[in-house]
Amino acid sequence: MTQDADCEKCEELLQAYLDRDLTAEEVLVAEGHLEDCDYCRRRYRFEAHLRRFIRISASERMPAGLMAKLAQLRGPTVDGL
Amino acid sequence: MSDSGAAEAEGDAGRRAATEARERVRFEEEALELADQVYRVARRMVGTREEAEELVQDTYARAFRSWKSFTPGTNMRAWLLRILTNLNTDRGRKIQRTPDQQPLEESDYFLANKLAAVEGEQALEQERVVERLSQGGVVDALAALPHDFRDVVVLVDLGDFSYADAAQILDVPIGTVMSRLHRGRRILKKTLAEESIT
Repeated sequence: MTQDADCEKCEELLQAYLDRDLTAEEVLVAEGHLEDCDYCRRRYRFEAHLRRFIRISASERMPAGLMAKLAQLRGPTVDGL
Repeated sequence: MSDSGAAEAEGDAGRRAATEARERVRFEEEALELADQVYRVARRMVGTREEAEELVQDTYARAFRSWKSFTPGTNMRAWLLRILTNLNTDRGRKIQRTPDQQPLEESDYFLANKLAAVEGEQALEQERVVERLSQGGVVDALAALPHDFRDVVVLVDLGDFSYADAAQILDVPIGTVMSRLHRGRRILKKTLAEESIT
């Protein structure tokens, strides 16, 4: 079944499924639906790939000098450590 | 107190101080190991690299001062991000307008549908369609999100925090995290669809 209107209701479930924030029981419901619904399965793949793309695109390494600046904020050094 | 009693008391105090110092050093080292992950989240919560560096430094300055309020064995990365988001709010972000509550007309699948429309429905099967989007476009679209939504999207998508952790960090109910995340992603996709597909 590929009813768009019906499957809009699945969004919330799929979102939590994609975020790995479902209980084991809910995972079964989500996976059961993905198994049956071609429409949601394609959206699921698209969403999963989009999330990865966002993560890769928006993730920026810490600038080189920052660690040294943070280390300077530490308390006094302790002998023998 | 006898001389030997005083010396013993002094020895105890010294040992306690040494133990505490070791705990502090361990805390500091653990916190510093998380710096890159903290920075990655901070970077997308503010506009510029300089602001992000400053925010992370302020966060660590406060974390090192109040290290004793951290409960060992709990999630230190979430604890650091809680400090960071509080500081960021203090920095006057509250003057930013609150997100509008107008319903979005487009469905959550607006971007997917639009990308698919370019090459026909079959293209949606291929992960390649996402690559039509530019990385810079994603960064811009994130920056354009109202901050309440952006913070949640950044914590969950970049920070890889659970809904529960994000709720704790932002001090909002978990249901609020889920609805902001859902709505934030919708806005993000709508922006991407508008900006990236011409």
